[in-house]
Amino acid sequence: MNLLQAVRLAFGAILANKLRSFLTMLGVIIGVFAVVALVSLGQGATSQVTAEIQGMGSNLIVLAIHGRGGMDSLTLSEAESLAKRPGVGAVAPVVDGYATVKFATESSYTNLVGTTPAYAVVRNHFADRGRFLADVDVQNRLPVAVLGADVAERLFGDMDPVGQEIRINGAAFTVIGVLEPKGFSLGGSSDDFVIIPASTAERLLRRQGIRTVYLQAETAAAIDMVVNSLESLLQLYFRDENAYNVFTQAEILDILSEVTGILTLMLGGIAGISLLVGGIGIMNIMLVSVTERTREIGINKALGAKKRDILLQFLVESIVISGVGGFIGMILGYGAVKLFSGLFGFTITYSPQVVFVAFTFSVFVGIFFGLYPANKAAKLNPIDALRSE
Amino acid sequence: MIRLEGITKAYQLDGVVVEALRGIDLEVKEGEFVAIVGPSGSGKSTLMNIIGCLDTPTTGKYWLKGQEVSKLSDNKLAEIRNLLIGFVFQSFNLLPRLTALENVERPLIYRGVAKKERRKLAEKALERVGLADRMFHRPNQLSGGQQQRVAVARALVGDPAIILADEPTGNLDSVSGKEVMSLLRELHAQGRTVLLITHDAEIARQAERRVKIFDGRIQEEGEVGL
Repeated sequence: MNLLQAVRLAFGAILANKLRSFLTMLGVIIGVFAVVALVSLGQGATSQVTAEIQGMGSNLIVLAIHGRGGMDSLTLSEAESLAKRPGVGAVAPVVDGYATVKFATESSYTNLVGTTPAYAVVRNHFADRGRFLADVDVQNRLPVAVLGADVAERLFGDMDPVGQEIRINGAAFTVIGVLEPKGFSLGGSSDDFVIIPASTAERLLRRQGIRTVYLQAETAAAIDMVVNSLESLLQLYFRDENAYNVFTQAEILDILSEVTGILTLMLGGIAGISLLVGGIGIMNIMLVSVTERTREIGINKALGAKKRDILLQFLVESIVISGVGGFIGMILGYGAVKLFSGLFGFTITYSPQVVFVAFTFSVFVGIFFGLYPANKAAKLNPIDALRSE
Repeated sequence: MIRLEGITKAYQLDGVVVEALRGIDLEVKEGEFVAIVGPSGSGKSTLMNIIGCLDTPTTGKYWLKGQEVSKLSDNKLAEIRNLLIGFVFQSFNLLPRLTALENVERPLIYRGVAKKERRKLAEKALERVGLADRMFHRPNQLSGGQQQRVAVARALVGDPAIILADEPTGNLDSVSGKEVMSLLRELHAQGRTVLLITHDAEIARQAERRVKIFDGRIQEEGEVGL
């Protein structure tokens, strides 16, 4: 008996018990569906995080100052002077805090970022309407503000905020621009903040000193050099290596990729277990089927079926159930991924490898869990099998 | 064609050894129509299983078409069943979810005959037993007599040298029984070796030769003209 014939017989047997075959198949369908959907979700999260980190600006280095004793920050001019160091392209010192922003009757509690014009370049976040900060704003501590897209939307709705007057912690500010929207990220909205000049922020928040500095290396190759020179400078300044942290974009990316990688693996693992349970379902039903069809097996053996023929017949049956189930699960998974990314605007990466692996795995589940029942059928003694009712 | 020498068969049943056959010597020539007669429990079914290569003897030798088959592997025996032997059982043993045609095709599937050829041979076999108009009916849509004729068609589709019929009329009414018997006689007339196992003396009388088996031994043999 050749394989094609075995497949024909298998389809015959499967169609003879449609409901049962479908229910058995459902285990595999759900398993493969879960693997495809969840792993795609995890991979989507990974690529979204990657895109986000990369969208933070290119060749970005983040300097965080924790301080030591009385020296808990850099001054604005100290931070600005970092731009003169070799390999550094631009520097954006940040004074940050929270503030209540009001326009007319609308009010919003949000992040306040006091910085310099370089911020737009370093963080790759430019004004969409109006303009970004200019040097003159910082030098003169002007009360001007650039709104994040979400804040602008909340306070002004459809109205154009540029030129309007708002109040930040009670002080009057003129809106000079609105930032381009960056969308939702894992850490919350990237558009929910207000930018004002660093000098103005120091006064508004009643806090002197810079604790965060974003730096842009001139080239990717210069990043390591800049990090090293920053570290030795800060070591000299604070004399304590716990007083500061220097991150590069690549390091942040590594850490987050690792986290999302583990997440993907966990999701895939959980989904894999459901596929395994589906396989046990196949084995269960195949064992029942062998018992039920003992007489049929006996008849086939009397008619000249060899062990190999019976083995093949049952094994192909289990593979067809798992394979067809896997195929349906794959299509459903693909559909769900499409639907999900369409509905929620998530980036969900749909990788052909995952689909291929899930499908192949489902077929192997069929072979693995079908082998024992098929072997049991093949080993039946024809006389005993014929005698059974 | 068939030669048995000192065949014995012993079973272990709940630790007790049951001797179903206690030394059978039998020869059946090519083209003979032999009835093996005996009451139930006489060992005639065991004998039929051994002749049909469904079972192997405990001791003794069995030659089938000049080949010693008593010591062959399961796979070899399956091949012999497929090529040389056609079975007709008392309870028909058709596969319930298949049509008559598909049932008749089954032995040819295991022989590896291509689909078209298989279909042609199966149709021919069904025509021969007078069921050309019932090819696509399933067993439960056929009468007992018709089912047994499908079984006869299945037995002869592979053109086997031997037809083994185990109580073929046991589950049939007398009219259907006669039809099946006349089919078997026809097969014999065409030169096939037919072995009939029965406890019914009336049926056995239709064979050329009768072998009476009792308590695992052959009691008497008698030649009877048709």
